[in-house]
Amino acid sequence: MNMLFHIGNYFLMLAKVFGKFTKWSVLKRLIFADIESLIIGSMGIVSFISFFVGGVVAIQTALNLDNPLLPDYLVGYATRQSVILEFAPTFISIIMAGKAGSFITSSIGTMRVTEQIDALEVMGINTYNYLIFPKIVALMLYPFVITFSMFLGIFGGYMACVYGGFSSTAGFIDGIQLDFIPFHITYAFVKTVLFAFILATIPSYHGYHLKGGALSVGKASTTAFVWSSVLIILLNYIITQLLLT
Amino acid sequence: MIVVKDLYKAFEEVPVLKGISTSFEKGITNLIIGRSGSGKTVFLKCLLGLHHHDRGSINFDGLELNDLSPKKHRELRKKMGMVFQGSALFDSLTVEENVMFPMEMFTKKSKSEMRDRANAVIKRVNLVDTNHKLPAEISGGMQKRVAIARAIVMNPQFLFCDEPNSGLDPKTAIVIDNLIREITDEYNITTVINTHDMNSVMEIGEKIIFLDQGEKAWEGTNKDIFKTDNKAVTDFVYSSNLMKKVRQVYLKA
Repeated sequence: MNMLFHIGNYFLMLAKVFGKFTKWSVLKRLIFADIESLIIGSMGIVSFISFFVGGVVAIQTALNLDNPLLPDYLVGYATRQSVILEFAPTFISIIMAGKAGSFITSSIGTMRVTEQIDALEVMGINTYNYLIFPKIVALMLYPFVITFSMFLGIFGGYMACVYGGFSSTAGFIDGIQLDFIPFHITYAFVKTVLFAFILATIPSYHGYHLKGGALSVGKASTTAFVWSSVLIILLNYIITQLLLT
Repeated sequence: MIVVKDLYKAFEEVPVLKGISTSFEKGITNLIIGRSGSGKTVFLKCLLGLHHHDRGSINFDGLELNDLSPKKHRELRKKMGMVFQGSALFDSLTVEENVMFPMEMFTKKSKSEMRDRANAVIKRVNLVDTNHKLPAEISGGMQKRVAIARAIVMNPQFLFCDEPNSGLDPKTAIVIDNLIREITDEYNITTVINTHDMNSVMEIGEKIIFLDQGEKAWEGTNKDIFKTDNKAVTDFVYSSNLMKKVRQVYLKA
């Protein structure tokens, strides 16, 4: 019953987000601020994780392909497939649910606790649109983060593989070009856009509807992370079933 | 003027406001007082429309809150200014930007016009050299003044203050009280202040409503409060020895 209430309330929130729009000059400033904190501010951690996890994927693959009859380009192939299909869109989205998601929940939640949202409402502002819409727009640039993650993941795999002595440069590059299916990129970006919407709205919902004090902000951030992750994993399964089978 | 009739509000079937009827007049400072948990904040939030009341009516200068469409309600809210207990300043904006914010949202004024108006109200609340500071960089008393400046920058017809001097030293609290009274006179607005500060009651209580367990237990002025025999009021107002002595001296005089 409680779950149904939250689902209903979430969709009501979405309807209000696209209700009365805030003045464009103000909205524009908010969108740029959110692009800076949610997109540009996440590039560092995304780059770091992508590079090293890409390297680990390549090493693990190389270590498991110990049969001398298997060509060494398979390492590049497996790295590309893992990074493009799953690691960059899904794994990074889980990281972002923690990084950007908790930022969104805590910033909106703190505004709720300190009555800043009430202050906006008293002024007659559509607080849903003012607070949440800029985050949705900012996170529509999330596919650029994932593109960067894909590149760095494969590059990390290349560095680990070639400098770790698991494959040659030519072999790795052959591997990443082998049987390339452009639709896999479409699939990855369809997932990414939907995940971006989840990353913007689920943490916003938990921050906006927070009740209590500072402790509640922490609890809401954790709940938002858990639900964003669960929805990302579920949606990942559904999209994969729909697009790849 | 705000007229409230038989206002009732409950949370999960626990009644918080039990049929309050009163009126708040223009040009004077109207105070709502009462113990913690007596329903003051809920009453104020019902007036502001932040809580929807379950029964009764609230009338703002002839506009019935219940009958307003969301659009008309938003229009009404633009005529309201609110000073929150914790000031509720936007912490990413400077003092000047906080005061300019309502104008940025609702007017087509140029930046320089907005800045001029913001500076005029910042000056009116006696703040100096704070324009480019963030709320976290100024004192609690200054934050309250910024909140007042933000509340009056759009020339509101109704000013609401929730515990405007909580957390302030007695001297600053009196400065804030007097500032609110002066602004009420100057702008001829309907001001409603929620407080349990007895200094405020004595200083600016031109009309006082005493709430007790969600009901209006007493109504009068800061002069009447000395004479009342209402037990709930006397228990609350004269709970300290100092106030008891003040009352004795006043009644003797």
